[in-house]
Amino acid sequence: MSTDVLDTAVLRSEFRLFRREPGGIFWVMLFPTVLLAILGSIPSFREADPGLGGLRPVDAYVPVAVLLGLIVGGLQGMPPTLTGYRESGILRRMSTTPVRPSALLTAQMVVFGAAALLSALVALAVGRLAFRVALPEQPLGYLLALLLALLASLALGAVLSAVSRTTKIATAVGSTTLFPAMFTAGVWLPVEAMPDLLADIVGWTPFGAAARALNEAAAGDWPGALHLAVLAGWTVLLTAAASRWFRWE
Amino acid sequence: MSVIDVTDLRKSYGGRAAVDGVSFTVEEGEIFGILGPNGAGKTTTVECVEGLRVPDAGRVRVTGLDPVADHEEVTRVLGAQLQQSELQPKLTVREALELYTSFYPRPADWRPLAERLGLTGKLTTRFGKLSGGQKQRLFIALALIGNPRIVVLDELTTGLDPRARRDTWELIEDVRAGGVTVLLVTHFMEEAQRLCDRIAVIDKGRVAALDTPSGLIRRSAGATVISFTPSAPLDDADLNTLPQLASVQHKDGRITLSGTDETVNAVITLLARSRVTAHQLRVTDATLDDAFLDLTEATA
Repeated sequence: MSTDVLDTAVLRSEFRLFRREPGGIFWVMLFPTVLLAILGSIPSFREADPGLGGLRPVDAYVPVAVLLGLIVGGLQGMPPTLTGYRESGILRRMSTTPVRPSALLTAQMVVFGAAALLSALVALAVGRLAFRVALPEQPLGYLLALLLALLASLALGAVLSAVSRTTKIATAVGSTTLFPAMFTAGVWLPVEAMPDLLADIVGWTPFGAAARALNEAAAGDWPGALHLAVLAGWTVLLTAAASRWFRWE
Repeated sequence: MSVIDVTDLRKSYGGRAAVDGVSFTVEEGEIFGILGPNGAGKTTTVECVEGLRVPDAGRVRVTGLDPVADHEEVTRVLGAQLQQSELQPKLTVREALELYTSFYPRPADWRPLAERLGLTGKLTTRFGKLSGGQKQRLFIALALIGNPRIVVLDELTTGLDPRARRDTWELIEDVRAGGVTVLLVTHFMEEAQRLCDRIAVIDKGRVAALDTPSGLIRRSAGATVISFTPSAPLDDADLNTLPQLASVQHKDGRITLSGTDETVNAVITLLARSRVTAHQLRVTDATLDDAFLDLTEATA
């Protein structure tokens, strides 16, 4: 019994349900690392590139893979699930019990957040073991940037779920948002390899700022205050938008 | 002692009044029915009682609590089965029962409840694989799982086969025998007549009548129905002057009249005076169905 926004029984139940979604597990937890492994197996991706400041492309793709898991989880995984819970009256049914439906929202965020962090660990481990990519040299700064990016992604997912009336719309909106998010995170072209002007513009987007912060921490520096501030700003803004627009029924 | 008090409840959607001044009181331990045609405002009314909707005006109290302001306390004493809702498709019946059990301070044991509702064989089945009737029975179990003082059942037996429907009625009678107050929304006359102590007939957002089932039947214009096959034709003029007559129908030589006990006596006198024999004479009470149609038409 609980009246908090976090209910352990609801959380356990949502974890169990997530484990029953092979599609969700693949796209959030494995796909980013599979992509990293495919790119890493191309010989030229394992050669130092002066355009990347001497890094190998595979080095630059580890932070991208790390971000990819949380982007997919937040934008493609969570919104249809949450909107479906609202559309089919699951949130409403829960409103008639002493537990608030917000417990389901929190549980969803924790589940996708945990899956995204696990996905990041898998990407780092495979990068290290298979391609000898150095682990982040500034681990605390890396973790901070990663957590902020995760919060921004979950908040953006909550906004998408809030503005989508049906599961179908949530899926469509999520997939549409996914591509710009992936682009800014550097999936097609790592942010370091982007022309300066583009990199500056991308740096103002949540995942562009996250990519730059992660790169800095990977190289051993504390992530730039501007990038962290951009991430934190987006998180605050998106959370405010989600709590303003989210409807329980 | 009253456990639900609704006074002059009003709720509009987009300028259209769904509930337009509804008042009723439900006493502890009774089965109170809300009956009405589709779109009459039944569900909106009970959703205000459940605290799922905020009334535009009027007052709703559940055991003295405001379902909106004191929502959490109300959820502990009031169990609800909603007209339309789902659960996570991959959640099993057992997991759903255990999860909802964990929400309440003093829950019922879900095992006998599942047994009683015929769900024991379905405990490992996922919600998405259940039939409509099985889902319905699971929702009835979830409404009762918190050991509520009041249970609100909206379209209780919709989707159930006749057998499951009768079993469910027995369950509801048992629940009431255990001291639980039942607020039942239905459009099944048989269900209302069998279960309810009192019924509020709601039509176009207003209470058209509030009485016991037999009281409602007595009130209707054609509370008694007399039918017979006369041995010789009767004069329509004579029939039409019968006291308290509500309607006359001729079909295949058979005459069906509705009215009151007074009409019955007058028909018998008329038959005797006309020296006509009434074959297969039947006098029956009108059903709640007739009363319902009468009441909801009167306000049309």
